[in-house]
Amino acid sequence: MSVIHVDVVSATEEIYSGDAKCVFAPASMGEIGVYPMHVPLISTLKPGEVRVETENGVESIYVSGGIVEVQPHTVTIFSDTAIRANDLDESKAIEAKQRAEEAMANAQSDQEVSTTQAALAESMAQLQLISKMRGRKG
Amino acid sequence: MAVGKEIKTQIASIQNTQKITSAMEMVAASKMKKAQNRMLASRPYSDKIAKVIGHLAHASSEYKHPYMTTPESVKRIGVIMISSDRGLCGGLNTNLFRSFLKQVLAWQAEGVEVELCTIGKKGTSFFKNSGLEIVSVLTDIGDTPHFDDLLGTIKVMLDRYDSGELDQIMIAYNHYKNTMTQVPTVKQIVPMEASDMQEMGHHWDYIYEPDAEAALGALLVRYIEALVYQGIVENNACEQSSRMIAMKSATDNAGDMIKELALIYNKARQAAITQEISEIVSGAAAV
Repeated sequence: MSVIHVDVVSATEEIYSGDAKCVFAPASMGEIGVYPMHVPLISTLKPGEVRVETENGVESIYVSGGIVEVQPHTVTIFSDTAIRANDLDESKAIEAKQRAEEAMANAQSDQEVSTTQAALAESMAQLQLISKMRGRKG
Repeated sequence: MAVGKEIKTQIASIQNTQKITSAMEMVAASKMKKAQNRMLASRPYSDKIAKVIGHLAHASSEYKHPYMTTPESVKRIGVIMISSDRGLCGGLNTNLFRSFLKQVLAWQAEGVEVELCTIGKKGTSFFKNSGLEIVSVLTDIGDTPHFDDLLGTIKVMLDRYDSGELDQIMIAYNHYKNTMTQVPTVKQIVPMEASDMQEMGHHWDYIYEPDAEAALGALLVRYIEALVYQGIVENNACEQSSRMIAMKSATDNAGDMIKELALIYNKARQAAITQEISEIVSGAAAV
């Protein structure tokens, strides 16, 4: 069976490296699924979950943005800040969302709106991932 | 006995200094380990980005990003100067500044202007009076540099490049060879040099999402940030190892001085005793 080599790296550490059956990543224009022999692709990433499906199960990693590079036999994900999904602190995410919403209400310039929108999207994605992982655990 | 009281106080003060330097040596040694690990941990990211950029350079793309095209003439260079925040680390910073100034003279002879972005207190205070323009400053990065802190300073430089005020961006830092050797390095980061790009046999192109400009821009900016981060982490490892060596030799020197002073002290004490005995003997003989 053909496999695809996956590397997930952030500036401070190597988060995941290994072979997988397929990978899902939150690309900027919608989630993409990558199987072996995929056409070369470079895309920016939205905040969300990267799922690596291996023989031994599914590895889930949260990324808050970054870049994905796809080659027929390798996928490299450059994460801006990638933390293991299990380590995510839900209360922090809610707090961040509240702060973002508050700031949004008071936002003045266009720049402020766009930065708060980005912050909001990020904390929403974190929350979604956490609730999803809860469901999986039962 | 009042003999050699000054020598005794001198020995005591040197002993105090020795205690401090040996403690600093040990602290630097443990920090060096951590800095080395951080340096190794950041390598996969920049290596992999470099690889992707190598692919990109040889993919037959219609779009060429300004960071990858060499300008016809270079009139103004921006340098990101990385130095340590604290001193007492041997000649680390001075060596870097000196080799950099030599380079600056060579540039100025060709009519090229230089401006700086200093990271670290030592570089900031050194270049304040050097006559070179400093466009941005970042200090107090601490032992664990955070990526977020760097973004502002790098953006200042890249914005100036984008608007055409700069034709080249370089980075100056100490390259970590091993514990004993640190090599002052001045490296070009924008536009990317051909040597950064590996040879590839065949030609093909990527699909870009959302489009070539946005995807490439994001990738190249991240690569530059990774290079600067790597430079800072490496410079930090250099700082710690250089400090460790400097403090070790200071401790050794203090030990030598204590030995010499102890010898002088003992001689003086001996001389005083001999004198006293001979006084008593000659006194007894006179009676």
